[in-house]
Amino acid sequence: MAVEDKLETEREVPAVPTSARALTVVPLKYPGRWVLAIVILVLLALLVRAFVVADIDYAAVVEYLTVPGILEGVRNTLLLLLLSMALGLVLGVLTAVMRQSPNPVLRWVGGGYVWLFRGTPLLVQLLIWFNLAIIFNTFTIPGLVSMPMNTLMTPFLAALLGLGINEGAYISEIVRGGILSVDHGQREAASAIGMPRAKIMRRIVLPQAMRVIIPPLGNEFIACLKFTSLAYTISFSELLHSANKIYTANFKVIELLFTVTIWYLALTTVFSVLQQMLEDRLGRSAPGSRPSFARRLRKNLALRRTA
Amino acid sequence: MSKQLIVHAEQVTKSFGDLEILKGIDLQVFRGEVLCIIGPSGSGKSTFLRCINHLEKIDGGRLSVNGSLVGYRQNGDRLYELRDKDVCRERANIGMVFQHFNLFGHKTALENVIEGPVQVKGISKKKATEQGMALLDRVGLGSRAHAYPYAMSGGQQQRVAIARALAMEPQLMLFDEPTSSLDPELVGEVLDVMKDLASSGMTMVVVTHEMGFAREVADGIVFIDNGCVVERGQPHDVLGNPQEERTRAFLSAVL
Ligand SMILES: Nc1ncnc2c1ncn2[C@@H]1O[C@H](COP(=O)(O)OP(=O)(O)OP(=O)(O)O)[C@@H](O)[C@H]1O
Ligand SMILES: [Mg+2]
Repeated sequence: MAVEDKLETEREVPAVPTSARALTVVPLKYPGRWVLAIVILVLLALLVRAFVVADIDYAAVVEYLTVPGILEGVRNTLLLLLLSMALGLVLGVLTAVMRQSPNPVLRWVGGGYVWLFRGTPLLVQLLIWFNLAIIFNTFTIPGLVSMPMNTLMTPFLAALLGLGINEGAYISEIVRGGILSVDHGQREAASAIGMPRAKIMRRIVLPQAMRVIIPPLGNEFIACLKFTSLAYTISFSELLHSANKIYTANFKVIELLFTVTIWYLALTTVFSVLQQMLEDRLGRSAPGSRPSFARRLRKNLALRRTA
Repeated sequence: MSKQLIVHAEQVTKSFGDLEILKGIDLQVFRGEVLCIIGPSGSGKSTFLRCINHLEKIDGGRLSVNGSLVGYRQNGDRLYELRDKDVCRERANIGMVFQHFNLFGHKTALENVIEGPVQVKGISKKKATEQGMALLDRVGLGSRAHAYPYAMSGGQQQRVAIARALAMEPQLMLFDEPTSSLDPELVGEVLDVMKDLASSGMTMVVVTHEMGFAREVADGIVFIDNGCVVERGQPHDVLGNPQEERTRAFLSAVL
């Protein structure tokens, strides 16, 4: 029908049809897509089935999500994550700014820090921090404290230093990239109204660098969340270590690893959403900024309610 | 009544590496005067302007603004470099407007204007906002106070940039080709603001290719080529009856 209509119209008015409404658009069909989609769905179904029929106690997976041992692991993981990222942020911003300094010693120290800690595996760094007592058996600040390194360097502190200092090196690179992305004219304009150097960095350069910094920083946050599981090797009771303690007693290895997986996924999902909201907020002074994530969410919920 | 000397350059030289960009510039600007600097691209106009507020350091000669050396303190026959803090205080008295506006991209028009007064002069935010609004009104942008730079036309951005410089209540305004990156139909609105400013008695040094503006507004014109002042004088003399061959060649190319 539609095709006939079209032909008729074309015969009568060869150039431009009088009314575009009279024409029906026939979308191109993609049979290949359908075939591919079905193949993939079948394969997925087979995979799911394999796990369903396998000898896994799914009730236990769910049950262990909220047992005190695991919850404590989650708490410790989050604590380690937040403190390491805080330490990493402080070190990262500090060294990134140092690397812009006119003072060559500061530049060199900042660059050396990044070189050292990005150039070695995190796991090795963690083990070194943890075993520091072998070479320095007492920790001394003259006149203030003196204590055995073994007492001071708990698994938690070793994990915090290892992760935080390592993160700092990556964050330093991210922040430096952000600083370099800010047009030099911004600094000149700020100098021209008489702003001192430190204030220019704080009020003009870093805020504008944020838009470049936040997305990779969010990724770094999520990467760091996963890296906290390495603290398992130095017996800090983060999530994985807590699960390990339980499954060495009851042999529900896969179940507990699944429990842990669900927790990690849930946490990374929450942080991804937070990251998106933060990016939206920072995007307000940018062209083409879209409505904030929260507003989109509210709007969608409202639509659903009225529908 | 003796005229007060605002900008005084004596044999100012400046090099980038081995390349001598300014080869001994002599120049004076008195209070309330508008001096236009013209010259071919790469002749050192911007560099000289940037030396006036110490965005660049001079290598030789003397350069003073309102009686005090730019970036240095003289003690006997020695010049001591000033600390960042003191350089900032000197800069705060000199407004500068750039070819590419350089508005702070993360701040609204009003926030751009009050940034200096609040952060540098330590004026209360409330008072700075009042003054800032008055300045935005003066450049015809009171209604755009809360717009971000990306949402403004080039002409509007440049007018905000002028307001931002004026907010510091400078004794001297420097303009580096303020209309060169504007669409032709937006040049007029910026030049109008500048004319207004000139007639209010502001001392101005303007690097420009707008010969019409120079003819109408300038009290003096200097033609710089290859780091030297080639010719100077009243606008109608320099523009209408240039004495030097190089000036004639330049003017016939731009007019
Ligand atoms: N930071 C710098 N480092 C090295 N060379 C520079 C620097 N700034 C400027 N120059 C050089 O100095 C010369 C003069 O530059 P300047 O910007 O002062 O010229 P101008 O007269 O303003 O030209 P235009 O009309 O194109 O703006 C140019 O050859 C330029 O390449
Ligand atoms: Mg220039």
